[in-house]
Amino acid sequence: MNFKNKDIISIRDFSKDEIIHVLRTAEKIENKPDIDLMKGKVMSSLFFEPSTRTRLSFESAMRKLGGDVIGFSDPSGTSLKKGETLWDTIKMADKYSDIIVMRHPVEGAARLAAEASSVPILNGGDGANQHPTQTMLDLYTIIKSKKKIDNLNIGFLGDLKYGRTVHSLAIALSHFNVNLYFIAPDALKMPDSYLEELSEKGIKYVEESDLMKVIKELDVLYVTRIQKERFPDPVEYKKYAGVYQINKATLEGVKPDLKIMHPLPRVNEIHPEVDDTDHAIYFEQAGNGIPIRQALIALTTGMVK
Amino acid sequence: MNSKKMLQISGIQEGTVVDHIPTKSTFKVAEFLNLKEGKNIVTVGMNFESKKLGKKGVVKIGERFLTKGEVDKISLIAPDARISIIKDYEVKEKFSVEIPKILNGSISCANNNCITNNQSITTKFYVLSKDPLKIRCHYCERTLGKDDIEVA
Ligand SMILES: [Zn+2]
Repeated sequence: MNFKNKDIISIRDFSKDEIIHVLRTAEKIENKPDIDLMKGKVMSSLFFEPSTRTRLSFESAMRKLGGDVIGFSDPSGTSLKKGETLWDTIKMADKYSDIIVMRHPVEGAARLAAEASSVPILNGGDGANQHPTQTMLDLYTIIKSKKKIDNLNIGFLGDLKYGRTVHSLAIALSHFNVNLYFIAPDALKMPDSYLEELSEKGIKYVEESDLMKVIKELDVLYVTRIQKERFPDPVEYKKYAGVYQINKATLEGVKPDLKIMHPLPRVNEIHPEVDDTDHAIYFEQAGNGIPIRQALIALTTGMVK
Repeated sequence: MNSKKMLQISGIQEGTVVDHIPTKSTFKVAEFLNLKEGKNIVTVGMNFESKKLGKKGVVKIGERFLTKGEVDKISLIAPDARISIIKDYEVKEKFSVEIPKILNGSISCANNNCITNNQSITTKFYVLSKDPLKIRCHYCERTLGKDDIEVA
């Protein structure tokens, strides 16, 4: 499998074998870190939209492998303000670095950047579209904690309409033999286009608005934030935000090895009292961003095969 | 009335006839080809009898031949359309449109927050299904249906 110079733009670009190869590489790197692997290499970190967590995770991943990082964390004060096109910015960064990670508020920006660049582009999020390294770390978290992906019952809870992480993870999981549960209020249901895509791939799914009806069947529960601004009516928001809060009482009678994930930051979807139960793996999940991003950096620059 | 007769009636010397358009898409075809702007003589006919479509529309454009991109665009809203190329009042060539696998530059993306609507680059779409029509933007990955398709 050759990942050298591959751009990491969308989870749709990956076959099942490629996904598994990334997960295995992350595991190898995590078990046996090589602090000189990226020595002498430079990563451009171009954040056209601020995202502290994603940026720090990428930069930490590169530095822990001995590489250097240049770039900007927010476009103000760069030549972008003077109207430089994305194409030109990438053409320049391409000459300065061995790999480029970027985040951009406009959908499709990363795909365009990949067309401009000769070095690999890692998409750190393009608007509401894709955030493939998040998806990879989510898969890595599932496989690390459950030792498998096939035959799991995986639930998604919260804002499934606008939740980019949910959409991408569902598409990635469609390569595997899984049962999916989409648990959301009517106003925030999983979009039809994604459901159709899953059906075409033969994935069985259930749509449900009441978490308590299905929670006992789940092996993994992926919780997302319900954003207040999605609701025109604040009363409606309160109703849903309250219903979908996970606490110790919610977890009574669930499978003992149910694992709860969350892309973070959380607001009040998961009560802190859940943090010290065996169900909670959301902080490990955030930590898994490092080996996954290291694997993708190492594979696309050709430093690891 | 057969199509040969119809062609004779308005008798264009040189140009293109787009036939077998679903009748309600007739004006959209004219719009897609931006016919209002040009100087070409254009005849738009609707509600002709058609065995296959029930009612059909026809658009005739004098002194103009269509590009591949334009033919692709027509195929999206009139998948059964037939195109005749007229020279010296005679049909020189006749072919059916076909929805291509990839659409390059013929239409714009319905997603306002797509990079193709923010920087001047050529659009590209993958045709996921022909009936019902479903296409996906190469850049923003949004899936569009027939109703989302706009002229580039
Ligand atoms: Zn688009």
